[in-house]
Amino acid sequence: MASQHQDPGTGAYLIRGAAILGGAPEDLLIRDGIIEARGLNLAAGGATVIEAAGLVALPGMVDIHTHLREPGREDAETVETGTRAAALGGYTAVHAMANSTPVADTAGVVEQVLTLGRTAGWVDVRPVGAVTVGLAGEQLAELGAMADSRARVRVFSDDGICVHDPVLMRRALEYVKAFDGVVAQHAQEPRLTAGAQMNEGEVSAVLGLAGWPAVAEESIIARDVLLAQHVGSRLHVCHVSTAGSVEIIRWAKSRGVNVTAEVTPHHLWLTDELARSYDPVYKVNPPLRTDADVQALRAALADGTIDVVGTDHAPHPSEHKECEWAQAAMGMTGLETALSVVQHTMIETGLMGWADFARVTSTAPAAIGRVADQGRPLDAGEPANVILVDPAARWTVDPSKMATMGRNSPFAGRELPGKVVATFFKGHPTVLDGRLNTPYRWLPETAEMPGTPTAATAGRN
Amino acid sequence: MRHLLSTEDLSLSDAIRILDTAEEMAAVGEREVKKLPTLRGRTVVNLFFEDSTRTRISFEAAAKRLSADVINFAAKGSSVSKGESLKDTAQTLSAMGADAVVIRHWASGAPHRLAATDWIDAAVINAGDGTHEHPTQALLDAFTMRRHWSKLAGIPSAGAGLLGMRVAIAGDVLHSRVARSNVWLLRTLGAEVTLVAPPTLLPIGVDKWPCRVSYDLDETLARGVDAMMMLRVQGERMNASFFPTTREYSRRWGFDDTRLRTLDTLGLKDTIIMHPGPMNRGLEISAAAADSPRSTVLAQVRNGVSIRMAVLYLLLSGDSRGPAGTSKASPTTVTKESH
Amino acid sequence: MTSAPEAPVPATVLLTRVVLNQADIDRALTRIAHEILESNKGSQDLVLLGIPRRGYPLAVRLAEKIAAADPTVDPAAIVGQLDVTMFRDDLSHQAMRPPYPTQLPRTGIDNKVVVLIDDVLYSGRTIRAALDAIIDLGRPRIVRLAVLIDRGHRELPIRADHVGKNLPTSSAEKVRVRLAETDTVDGVPVNEVVIEASA
Repeated sequence: MASQHQDPGTGAYLIRGAAILGGAPEDLLIRDGIIEARGLNLAAGGATVIEAAGLVALPGMVDIHTHLREPGREDAETVETGTRAAALGGYTAVHAMANSTPVADTAGVVEQVLTLGRTAGWVDVRPVGAVTVGLAGEQLAELGAMADSRARVRVFSDDGICVHDPVLMRRALEYVKAFDGVVAQHAQEPRLTAGAQMNEGEVSAVLGLAGWPAVAEESIIARDVLLAQHVGSRLHVCHVSTAGSVEIIRWAKSRGVNVTAEVTPHHLWLTDELARSYDPVYKVNPPLRTDADVQALRAALADGTIDVVGTDHAPHPSEHKECEWAQAAMGMTGLETALSVVQHTMIETGLMGWADFARVTSTAPAAIGRVADQGRPLDAGEPANVILVDPAARWTVDPSKMATMGRNSPFAGRELPGKVVATFFKGHPTVLDGRLNTPYRWLPETAEMPGTPTAATAGRN
Repeated sequence: MRHLLSTEDLSLSDAIRILDTAEEMAAVGEREVKKLPTLRGRTVVNLFFEDSTRTRISFEAAAKRLSADVINFAAKGSSVSKGESLKDTAQTLSAMGADAVVIRHWASGAPHRLAATDWIDAAVINAGDGTHEHPTQALLDAFTMRRHWSKLAGIPSAGAGLLGMRVAIAGDVLHSRVARSNVWLLRTLGAEVTLVAPPTLLPIGVDKWPCRVSYDLDETLARGVDAMMMLRVQGERMNASFFPTTREYSRRWGFDDTRLRTLDTLGLKDTIIMHPGPMNRGLEISAAAADSPRSTVLAQVRNGVSIRMAVLYLLLSGDSRGPAGTSKASPTTVTKESH
Repeated sequence: MTSAPEAPVPATVLLTRVVLNQADIDRALTRIAHEILESNKGSQDLVLLGIPRRGYPLAVRLAEKIAAADPTVDPAAIVGQLDVTMFRDDLSHQAMRPPYPTQLPRTGIDNKVVVLIDDVLYSGRTIRAALDAIIDLGRPRIVRLAVLIDRGHRELPIRADHVGKNLPTSSAEKVRVRLAETDTVDGVPVNEVVIEASA
């Protein structure tokens, strides 16, 4: 389809007739990493032409919540395989969670992850720093050093574990203000969830699996929004899963608390009824909840109470899922199914349009993570992080055919709508024809720093 | 029926078939020759990831009375305790040619995993999984109740259910697989079940179960009870604040001597007292109650062998699996897939 | 778990031939009753064990005929039922069902002359199972076999001592014995033996 350039400076592509954010068909001319022009009947001028009639053009998706597993669990995923999955799923940036081995709690580890991401070249890998040393919840990690490192960390999270000590949480919220950081909280009261296996309710009662009450999530969120208000800090709530959490966040926003919230694709669709199979592919943290929760989460994402979709992509080796439920690891893969699941649950239900999709999967998460060159409008002069989506495509999920090493997709066997046809990362096609193309090659060190604008953000031409 | 995983999805006709078959198995137990050649050449594996001598020997006796070969595989002290997975263990047993696997596991749902995966092609019998279910215990309880209830009504027990029988189950419902299996089975058989427990030992969601729930044992007895089943309560629950002290627990929820006398006062002369064992005498049941003529504890143990014979017979006889590699079962014998 | 309904009449059956009617059955049983008394030289120590399902009602009818011939006999005291399900060698081909109760006369079977009663003798495997079942229950002095129909096609060295009717059949045919005690279905005549052949 296109001649492949390893040099990012020379690629030129004319996307012809794509519905930009689902609107009327227009052309986009991409050259040297920038959207050079947007309009009707643009001249190719030597650029490779991509016929995009019937396709939707969207800003590259930004995942605020990804587990890439490297360093330490390369049997589960590597930065290379995880970011291939991300590119195929329509992402141009992912935030790599800190619960690696060693934990990303020092400048050294976050810089290592940054370097791995650039070497891979499929997406912008933004390391998340741990809030506490070793995720132990006892002592603050060197947040400033991580913020000042080459990785320029802005999102801090002990994800997987809740920062449950209220004093520690208060201090973290306060401290990150020094460098415009945000604490992304995994809201889970540990004492209320000791040994918990699934949502506590009708289904857990029948299955005899230890219950995970909604209140364990909601009580932490309630505490944290009050803390954030008290100290005037920015708070991000990871993977909101209950209707009660939505109500608390809605209330907090109405009081002016600087809080953002995230929902995973799986919590927008799946319920705890699936646990009746005892198949651990449905075991996840936070657990799948009830249909009432699912409906509340959809409504909250549509009305802006929940700001972003985050995948919580959590690949696991098969032996961690081919076992008893209680023995199994928690987590699901998500990068390669997120777009389709959000299309199915939010767009095909009429709750959202593609412009809203761009907001919750790109603009808002880029803003939370302070990723300046992502989540931008698809206008002339903007960085060319663009994806083309075929909303009419239908495909059946087969985890064995995915780029991620994780086979733990809860959507296996389901037919989903929507397919990513192409992903442009910094003007370079990482995905073409729905298949991996070639990675972007970063220029030598210091030429580009994430977090600093790479292009003029001038208005429309 | 290819597996016996729970009583929740056991139909009335299946339940009655098992109970009726158990009646015939019980008759065999009274003969001079207590052995039947029925399962000659079949291999039954007792796969126990959790100690339970009582349940294991009951299944072992049942399999042996039907002439099956029995392999006992205790997870403790074996490769399983050294980290071998359930999958590898199952595949090993499959390679050894197990026709039925009787599995006891501390993890809820482990038998469902064996039945749902392709790790092993054998009938799976749940011998108690975590805090989920213990279907053969519920069946033997129902069998014991049915004999009593039919005798009172003056009808043969074969073919009968438990219509109108009032059954109270008291104790640690939250952690009890026996309670769960009994609630579903007794409902199917037409009994009226009341669960009695401290609120801390009832699961969230119990209000959706097909039974009454009470926090008051005396009130429940006063309403009339035909069978009083006491559940084992672990004293250690006290340390997790499920109740303040064992003393307070037995005063409020134990079947003590006073409550034993109350049965007489209330005119409940035919009420039986049941316990799945092993009993904590003095905690959930007094010695006098456990040893009274009302107690069916030993009958339950005896009936357990008959029930397990019936289950093994029904699962292994209707199965027309061909040699390895052919279809798993004939369509007439498979009506239920675990969901 | 389902059990196949008891022998439904398939809609595809084109040919049904009545080979014994009610009077024929009654005559055959009368003759067998007399043969049993004759070969036993009286009613001494006689026990009739019917094999479920249809062997049992036939055993009851035979006992009544024996009592008619010998008034010292209490028919209820010499009849029993012997279930052979658990002794079969073809369990894996059978639809699952609970076994029938085995009920022996109060006198037991030790040192008795046991006459096994069944409706149709075919492969002989049921009788083989019955012999095993008897041995686990006691030690009769003699075991004999009486059947209403012998249709041939034996697979084991077993023969009947008393036969109501020898009926040459093809193995593609089905022999159905319908008795009032066990086969009362609206619109289908009972107390007759028919051969069904599918076309």
